[in-house]
Amino acid sequence: MAQEQMRPNNQGEIRYLTPLSVDTRKKKYCRFKRSGIKYIDYKDPEFLKKFLNEQGKILPRRITGTSLKFQRRVAKAVKRARHLALLPYVTDLMK
Amino acid sequence: MNKYETVFILTPVLSDDQMKETVEKFKKVLTDNGSTIENEENWGLRKLAYPIENKNTGFYTLIEFDGDPTIVNKLETAYRRDEKVIRFLTFRLDKYAAEYAVKRRAVRKAKQEERAAQESAAEAAPVAVEEAPKAEEATAAEA
Repeated sequence: MAQEQMRPNNQGEIRYLTPLSVDTRKKKYCRFKRSGIKYIDYKDPEFLKKFLNEQGKILPRRITGTSLKFQRRVAKAVKRARHLALLPYVTDLMK
Repeated sequence: MNKYETVFILTPVLSDDQMKETVEKFKKVLTDNGSTIENEENWGLRKLAYPIENKNTGFYTLIEFDGDPTIVNKLETAYRRDEKVIRFLTFRLDKYAAEYAVKRRAVRKAKQEERAAQESAAEAAPVAVEEAPKAEEATAAEA
């Protein structure tokens, strides 16, 4: 008798092991604006790698959160670094 | 007068003297055409991220200079005529880049002075202590 009473309750309710994260994503921000960097140096490939994916492609703004102004400068710096063979044009498993 | 920055890569087959000679040659091109060299950095033999002319390493040299726009063409013609140069890049520094360049120079200078201070301290130290770091340097150089 007791089991039959429990069943309808359990079926109607969905249980999660971890609490659901409903829209708790962090807001993206432009790191250059926040930290006051005005010039992006092409001579520092280690820093520029933060804006590249594993194949050495430039990551889009929607992922890094960089503002348009600085995305252009990042792109320029990366392209200069590639020209000088500080960064590869194409690669696999860069990180 | 604008501020410019130029980086060029020389082939790794050169000896140290030849390399320095070539760098001097390009510096002379700049000074002969009425520009002033503000900063020069030798990055030494570096690995290239991808092979250029079947070479995997190259001597990098950075020169910052002040000059008229016409000088860039003259310099780049000199680069193209010299087959020891495998890659070059010249561009004008905007105000942010110029600011950054000054800061970077100061940081590098401070670091160099620190290193020099450490070396002179090591020289002043007793002989027994001095020998150990030298051995380390030798192994580092080999590697």
